[in-house]
Amino acid sequence: MIQAAVVFAYLALVLGIGLFAGRAGTQQNAEGYFLAGRALGPIVFLLSLFGTNMTAFSILGASGHAFANGIVTYGLMASSSALVIPVGLFFIGTRLWALGKRHGFMTPVQMFRDRWECGHIGTAIFAVQAVLLVPYIVIAVMGGGTTLSSVSGGLVPFWLGGAVVSFVVMGYVFFGGMRGTAWVNTFQTVLFLSFGAIAVTVIARGMGGFSSAMEALLASPSTAPLLTRERVSPLYFFSYTFIPLSSLAFPHIGIFCLTAKRLSHFRKTVVLYPLCMLAIWLPSVFLGVVANKATDLPPIQTKVEARAALAAGGPDLTTERRAELRAAASGDDVILKLVQGYAPVWLAAMLGAAVMAAVMASDSQILALSTMFTEDVFAFYGGQARFGQKAQVNTGRAFVIVLTVIAYGIALVSPQSIFDLASQYAFAGYSALSPLLVAALFWKGSTKWGALAVTLWTAAAVAGVAVLQSAVPAPPPGSAVPVWAIGGTTVIARIAAGTTVLGLLPVVPMTIVSALLMIVVSIATRRSLPGAATLARYEV
Amino acid sequence: MALVIGFVYALHQDVWLWRSARPLVFGFLPAGLAYHAAYTIGISLLMLALVRTRWPSHLDPEQ
Repeated sequence: MIQAAVVFAYLALVLGIGLFAGRAGTQQNAEGYFLAGRALGPIVFLLSLFGTNMTAFSILGASGHAFANGIVTYGLMASSSALVIPVGLFFIGTRLWALGKRHGFMTPVQMFRDRWECGHIGTAIFAVQAVLLVPYIVIAVMGGGTTLSSVSGGLVPFWLGGAVVSFVVMGYVFFGGMRGTAWVNTFQTVLFLSFGAIAVTVIARGMGGFSSAMEALLASPSTAPLLTRERVSPLYFFSYTFIPLSSLAFPHIGIFCLTAKRLSHFRKTVVLYPLCMLAIWLPSVFLGVVANKATDLPPIQTKVEARAALAAGGPDLTTERRAELRAAASGDDVILKLVQGYAPVWLAAMLGAAVMAAVMASDSQILALSTMFTEDVFAFYGGQARFGQKAQVNTGRAFVIVLTVIAYGIALVSPQSIFDLASQYAFAGYSALSPLLVAALFWKGSTKWGALAVTLWTAAAVAGVAVLQSAVPAPPPGSAVPVWAIGGTTVIARIAAGTTVLGLLPVVPMTIVSALLMIVVSIATRRSLPGAATLARYEV
Repeated sequence: MALVIGFVYALHQDVWLWRSARPLVFGFLPAGLAYHAAYTIGISLLMLALVRTRWPSHLDPEQ
């Protein structure tokens, strides 16, 4: 109960920070509320941008994935992101900032509309971006429910935990806008960055040192593969380097790039970003792997047994039984169980709050969607001109409430693990949208029809993957169900973690086809090139 | 610089460490995980070099 009390106190504190930030800055005009007046300093910019990218899946999803799949998790998501995101911020983020400053853009869609001289195509891009961002917000609700339920020993049920976290996030986003979100994110990032070192030290002591645990894992044939990548093909591993492209296309990252006061704020951000990734992901993945040896803790023993039953049952298991075992084996709360098992109560409570900090970092996505709705729809279709900026800000606040309620509803009925949900829909979809940003910023020959082709393709591909995965049940881990084959070669297969296309994750063909569509359709429609005056505005 | 970034990107695919957990670096970090941790630190150095040699100062209205 002490742990739950500390976590609730923490929630009250972040709500207070958000409310205070809301009073400290100008919240009455759109730029003040949605972009913190484009005036964030270097430290807040770095920590809040990093915190925005680190959501529930960074700690809970990563350690849960590592618990089941081993050290491969770090290479799949952390080290690839540590390269792609800073390089993207260096080349794309700085350019976006400069154009936003020069032309007053507040969302990527505003820039797309101006760059390609289009209106309704921008609305189509908004719609696809909005639908793809919802899963990301759902992750926060699911993570909040899991964490509060776990730290309270089940006293707070999943549905109530998710509701509490949703309410707190909604509160400080509603009142604090971008300034409140950035301040809370900065505080949370400091908290969860310090979590890793403390958690590793405490758990190592509790387990009697990691060396003996590692030797024991290596000695067992069932756990030794967790310390290598032999269960994953190099092709599948390579696929994951396409996932961080999504970070460049995420509207909340694009919008965050516009909040820096000076271009020089990007310098520290791109250099320190990989080190922040290391500080949060290495402990999460390592502890997830080492948890396989913590079978003296009953909750972890139950998970290990469920996983063994899942593997032993194979195709003979009924769909219901498989889903039941999969849920029992899920490692999303494995770090919390380690902390509860090995740390003193007061420290476990502090660490529980730090985990909660990472879980709640989806506030920026909610604010971004609200910004997009008010700028790309409300203001674009005449709402701001008719009702004024104050009404625009209030519309954004109302949208925050509606969105949070929808995300909460989805989280209650979604059975998938946090990691899978995020990577399969939101990440893959946004990676496929990344050619939009690259073409808008770097290719004069791109046209609005190329942009529309990319948008429609992304929507169709994500819908296709979702339909396929609901129609073909996931097979047991380690096996694959061929869905479409040509001449004996499996083209599309259903695997436990999702779908593969020629052994690659769908994100790879989705992104490559997107890029090709942008090129081919733009060349075919070059009569629709924007005027010389428009193109000149983008020469920076 | 594009070649250097491409080379670092290629280094992510460390197939030579695919099936080996040993040596355990510091006695507890499997080789593959230690490699990717060192790789992440290397990226930070790459970004430092990029910032020092290729900073897009022409984008800065204050310059």
